[in-house]
Amino acid sequence: MRVTVERAALLKALGHVHRVVERRNTIPILSNVLLRADASGLGLKATDLDMEVTETVAADVPQPGATTVPAHVIYDIVRKLADGSQISLETSADGAQMQIRAGRSRFMLQALPETDFPDLAAGEMPHAFTLPAGDLKRLIDKTQFAISTEETRYYLNGIFLHAVDGGGSGGLLRAVATDGHRLARVELPAPQGALGMPGVIVPRKAVAEIQKLVDDGAEEVRVELSSAKVRLTFAGVVLTSKLIDGTFPDYQRVIPTGNDKRLVVDRDVFAKAVDRVSTISSERGRAVKLAVTEGRMTLSVNNPDSGSATEELEVDYEASGLDIGFNARYLLDITNQLDGDTATFMLADPGSPTLIQDREGAPALYVLMPMRV
Amino acid sequence: MTGGAAPLCRDCLRFAAAAARRCAACGSPRLLAHPERDRLAIAHVDCDAFYAAVEKRDDPSLRDRPVIVGGGRRGVAATCCYVARTYGVRSAMPMFKALEACPDAVVIRPDMEKYKQVGREIRTRMLDLTPLVEPLSIDQAFLDLNGTDRLHGASPALTLARFARAVEHEVGVTVSVGLAPNKFLAKIASDFDKPRGFSIIGQQEAAAFLGDKPVGILPGIGAAAGARLAQAGITLVRHLLGRPLADLYRVAGSDAPRLARLARGEDDRPVRPERETKSVSAETTFDEDLRSLEDLEPILWRLAEKVSARLKRSGLAGGSVTLKLKDTGFRLRTRQTSGLPPTQLATRLYEPARALLRAECDGTAFRLIGIGASDLTDGAEADRGDLADLEVGRAARREAAIDRLRERFGDGAVLRGLSLRDRRR
Repeated sequence: MRVTVERAALLKALGHVHRVVERRNTIPILSNVLLRADASGLGLKATDLDMEVTETVAADVPQPGATTVPAHVIYDIVRKLADGSQISLETSADGAQMQIRAGRSRFMLQALPETDFPDLAAGEMPHAFTLPAGDLKRLIDKTQFAISTEETRYYLNGIFLHAVDGGGSGGLLRAVATDGHRLARVELPAPQGALGMPGVIVPRKAVAEIQKLVDDGAEEVRVELSSAKVRLTFAGVVLTSKLIDGTFPDYQRVIPTGNDKRLVVDRDVFAKAVDRVSTISSERGRAVKLAVTEGRMTLSVNNPDSGSATEELEVDYEASGLDIGFNARYLLDITNQLDGDTATFMLADPGSPTLIQDREGAPALYVLMPMRV
Repeated sequence: MTGGAAPLCRDCLRFAAAAARRCAACGSPRLLAHPERDRLAIAHVDCDAFYAAVEKRDDPSLRDRPVIVGGGRRGVAATCCYVARTYGVRSAMPMFKALEACPDAVVIRPDMEKYKQVGREIRTRMLDLTPLVEPLSIDQAFLDLNGTDRLHGASPALTLARFARAVEHEVGVTVSVGLAPNKFLAKIASDFDKPRGFSIIGQQEAAAFLGDKPVGILPGIGAAAGARLAQAGITLVRHLLGRPLADLYRVAGSDAPRLARLARGEDDRPVRPERETKSVSAETTFDEDLRSLEDLEPILWRLAEKVSARLKRSGLAGGSVTLKLKDTGFRLRTRQTSGLPPTQLATRLYEPARALLRAECDGTAFRLIGIGASDLTDGAEADRGDLADLEVGRAARREAAIDRLRERFGDGAVLRGLSLRDRRR
């Protein structure tokens, strides 16, 4: 294989694919990135066996071929080479090494044969749709924080993506994540082709990668699905991931519909007050108590070890008085995701889940379990 | 108050002349003398061959016969009396081996309720001596008698001698007492002169006494740690004393300072009246080896119910579930799932244990299965469910209803179909 490629293009592509590669691997070839040069340019591919990312960059290919080299090493080399340089990659005659040249720099990397490189074998993807990158970003950004890290309930370790009827004629595309303490649900009008899709759980590592790729300026994202895998195509970059093989809980049953105590707060003022009073609480189990009466809320934190804090807020509330406790971190996570100037809480009693939105009927809704205070 | 040098007769509780070999009043040779005798206050009291002793008490015809208390043909000897021990029978020996050593032994099925009752009776008597009683099991406990001299008008040694005599005469079983400056030495002392023993290890002699004992005498040194120490040339306790602490760290890791202190006979662990329960478990040995998941499941389920009942009774919930298996070669396998939402429900303990069991059913024949719950937390906070677990609340109510039925109509009133599959019934 012999190929010449522009540094900036190679660096960008390596930046995308190398993140998939685990720092420690028991299988040596999983540390490597696959490089394949042919008429279409230089293709790169990296995998951790659960997910793979591929990208093709324009290149001058005097001699087609393929090899694999350590991903983090080649990324670091290319990163340190001079801006604007042309990089030439050339495998040795026996294929055991690859030379990298740019300007006066030369590197020899140990290579492993590309035939040993694993393939995720995506198979047929019967469902496909395209949506604006911004929409995908919203679905992820607003739910990602609620993904569970608890291994015993592995089916919560991702975002549940599915389509439902409703929201006018076209149906809705929904993303849901929960760790049992809080739940986030975001929906948008279903893109064409999404309606028949199976409900899938996209694992958290893939979610994090998708989030970075979305931020990298693609306009549209094509999503292809089977019941076992998902493939997302961002301009030039393709991410394929296995899905979590499990059943997401019937989350609709925990979204309260009968909560009748409506509390509206100024989102920013409320978040800052929660943050201030929670300073006093210890790291674990940071409970903040909300004592709500007509037109007024008193936030308080009591920490037997260090002291106490209270703060009063003016709020929009007309129902009967209520004392309820929440984990301060969880409250802040949710208020950070709300878009509007206000946050609307629908409360029932101190022991029941509370519904939080920026306004009633907003496309993003959050459910939070109270804490005993 | 008599000095420590005047021997105390453990039979008539009188003091004898300084160098006497026998009690002048009753002629007993069981005299207790030690320079530190009246200054020591930490005791370990251990009943002698407890289950067997209770059985012998209740059936005097057994008095001179070898008695083994244990379960079934395949179980282990829970306790063997001192007669049986002369044949080479030991506690925890598999029953078939015990019977090989002593074919004439009288084997008695354990009657735990009876032993618990006798154990409680002895415990109550201990609590009459001091509130600081730390039970280690049904038949042994640590006692801290510091500051009780004026209450009982006697030194701790005399108080304990009275206690041992009273238990023997009034309860009908014998105990061995170890008296020492700390728990570690007291435990060793009680074992030193069994049965009907009373020995004292003083601070002065501790290091010398321990020096030529194998390191296995130290708590926490079992087969694995013992082998590691032996590799470094440490087989006797005194070998620990010669080593610089830095050396010991290389062999024993963070346990090094503790081992060094114990080797010098030092131990500052207080006697704690309430021992925190660390785990709740149940296990059973089969009459025939079992290998299939189908055969093991119903047994596991009944053990899960047992553990669940005990957790519910003590208001605890477990966040980890451990499966224990022993194969026919007596090799132990323990497998654990941790980080579970704390539970006290039988179904919630059973499910992870069953998943672990499924992975172990590879054709191996097993003789024992057990299930345990650990990482214990307050049971009141458990099984409340959350946004991703709506089932647990229903499961909790279902089990509570079953528990109420069983309370009224007996344990057999409601059974899960699974437990009927147990072929051993």
